[in-house]
Amino acid sequence: MRISLFITCYNDTLFPETGKAVVRVLERMGHTVEFRREQTCCGQMHWNTGYLKEAVPIIRHFVAVYGDAETIVAPSSSCVSMMRDHYLKAAEMAGDAKLAADVEALLPRIYEFTELLVKKLGVEDVGATFPHKVTLHTSCHSQRSLHLGDIPVRLLKQVRGLELLPIENPQECCGFGGTFSIKNADVSSAMLAEKVRTVLNTGAEVCTAVDNSCLMHIYGSLHRQRTFVRTAHIAEILASTGGQG
Amino acid sequence: MSAPEHSHFSSRNFPEAAKELLADSQLRKNVRHATDVIQAKRNRVVAELPDWEALRDAGSGIRAHALAHLDHYLAEFEQNCTRAGGQVHWARDAAEANRIILGLIQRHEAKEVIKIKTMTSEEIGLNGNLEAHGIRAHETDLAELIVQLGHDKPSHFVVPALHKNRQQVRAIFQREMHLPELGDKPEDLCAAARTYLREKYLRIKVAVSGANFLVAENGAVCIVESEGNGRMCLTLPDVLISLVGIEKVIPRFRDLEVLLQTLPRSATGERMNPYNSIWTGVHAGDGPKEFHVVLLDNGRSPILAEAEARQTLKCIRCAACLNVCPVYHQTGGHAYESVYAGPIGAILTPQLHSMEEGRSLPYASSLCGACYEVCPVKINIPEVLIHLRGKVVEQDQKTLGGKLGFWNIGMQAAAFVFESANRLSMAQHLGQMGQKVVVSKNGFIERLPLMLSGWTQTRDLKALPAQSFRDWWAQRESSGSRPTNTAKEGRRGE
Repeated sequence: MRISLFITCYNDTLFPETGKAVVRVLERMGHTVEFRREQTCCGQMHWNTGYLKEAVPIIRHFVAVYGDAETIVAPSSSCVSMMRDHYLKAAEMAGDAKLAADVEALLPRIYEFTELLVKKLGVEDVGATFPHKVTLHTSCHSQRSLHLGDIPVRLLKQVRGLELLPIENPQECCGFGGTFSIKNADVSSAMLAEKVRTVLNTGAEVCTAVDNSCLMHIYGSLHRQRTFVRTAHIAEILASTGGQG
Repeated sequence: MSAPEHSHFSSRNFPEAAKELLADSQLRKNVRHATDVIQAKRNRVVAELPDWEALRDAGSGIRAHALAHLDHYLAEFEQNCTRAGGQVHWARDAAEANRIILGLIQRHEAKEVIKIKTMTSEEIGLNGNLEAHGIRAHETDLAELIVQLGHDKPSHFVVPALHKNRQQVRAIFQREMHLPELGDKPEDLCAAARTYLREKYLRIKVAVSGANFLVAENGAVCIVESEGNGRMCLTLPDVLISLVGIEKVIPRFRDLEVLLQTLPRSATGERMNPYNSIWTGVHAGDGPKEFHVVLLDNGRSPILAEAEARQTLKCIRCAACLNVCPVYHQTGGHAYESVYAGPIGAILTPQLHSMEEGRSLPYASSLCGACYEVCPVKINIPEVLIHLRGKVVEQDQKTLGGKLGFWNIGMQAAAFVFESANRLSMAQHLGQMGQKVVVSKNGFIERLPLMLSGWTQTRDLKALPAQSFRDWWAQRESSGSRPTNTAKEGRRGE
């Protein structure tokens, strides 16, 4: 299958390894990955911060870039939920019927990375080896917007050598929330402290998730506290073949 | 003298108020413990119902329909309530409601009133206004009594004293009820409250209540509670005054079938409330001789007018969104500086009051969506939060200070960058070079300047990697490197 990667601005700039991992997994399965250079951002940061008008041209740009793509994958549940939950509303707000129609046509072809693997491609074992103790942070958008359910767990369970450790209060937010982490830094930090305590309690070496936004937040504290727990996007675990590529 | 419009509203913004409360570790422990207990009970009794999602849909439908035809149902309620012997008053705002209630109490020459828990009366600052006119209001709901005797404010609209533990309650009772020997067992505290309150039920002739629902088709008023203290207020005094927000009306009696399943389960984790009082007008020899309903607008009708925000008024005040909210867990209710705390407060308060005052509240959420998931009438709180953020930004952009402010400049610049891949690529390169001034030797950013400093108080920030994904991809394309297995896929490219 020909799959168009929407890397997301965040991963493009801060977590290129995640993008490389997505490419590696999909190519290993025999799919063709394309990267449309014109892509930028989904508009989530502007929309969620209340810059609704400003988000519209970004959304329009996204829709124009991917209008003719067959299947689109993004390694971020919050960006995909931005599209599914808010794109139509944004088009309506802008009074742009053409954009609304384009969005409606485009949405069914957009997948979050783990959703693509399990729901669209029907694969749970991607041939990965990752001999480490891992815990999964269930990001808010992955559970409450995309309703991924146990999809990430099913993928992780097939990884050779991986020991998946349960975490307390998996449903609770890590406190990132984009600009919330800056506008309400104190509350965000208090939420993060609870999340990090539960991560450390698992005894895992690696905390994973389908979103690098949460992971950057969690790792920010793990690193500040000088712990040896790492974070890694689930794509990086699924791409791993135990040191051989 | 007219009452203050919004008694509990101060000009402090959420981050400032929250910061202060975060330092109170006892309060945070109390809040977390209490919300965890309620939430666990709620999850248990919700899981028992195979048709929970259908009940949510039905509840949402009933409330949305009532709001869409609010004028009709309010008129129908007034007509039927009046026919049954009740008297209906309309209050445009807090001042008018205070005037009406004060007038009714003064007509009966009462110097004291008893109250059932009514958050609407907190909204209009009733107790303070009565006090200013020499009338003492006694709260009878146990939690509200604790709040009142502790000279405190409610921090949760179902469990107003949730931020206090038993030892703290004992200390308040010991001091205010003059019971130095009082123990802190639940039975001790209950017995003390009972003795304190019983005498008041028997003596005081005027009661003030709120209501959970008004039923249009028969003019009935419905209150659910757990203690029975409310039942005593509703039945023993000669005069009963119920202050109710106009949004509380539902069309038919049978609508209670849905809402009285979802409300108690969501609010206190009970299958049914121990006390469900539903009454219609007055009946000779049974209950109050005089019954008044004061219908309060106080900023509600402008919310109705706005399609994006109207769903806010579907709220049935179960507070499930508070109990599940990770922000509320940390701060408790006082940070919201309003009687309506938590996620619902974050959308209701800035709409009831002016957006100018409540402008930090729509941002008091990480948009995690837990509130929407539990809401028994399916209010999409994150969606309304974003809508209100949009209004805050719009207002901001009308002022020079807002236009030139940190957030607006940053967001405009980011929007400019995201409109073109070339600009994004250039911004990435600039960032990779420019970050050198903030990156520490360990490769992390440990301290950010100005508005961004909040992040690095408790968190390190990963520095930008030397190569963005798009640059890696370009390099890969130009070097022609392909994993061997894609060759058999055939042609690639745009």
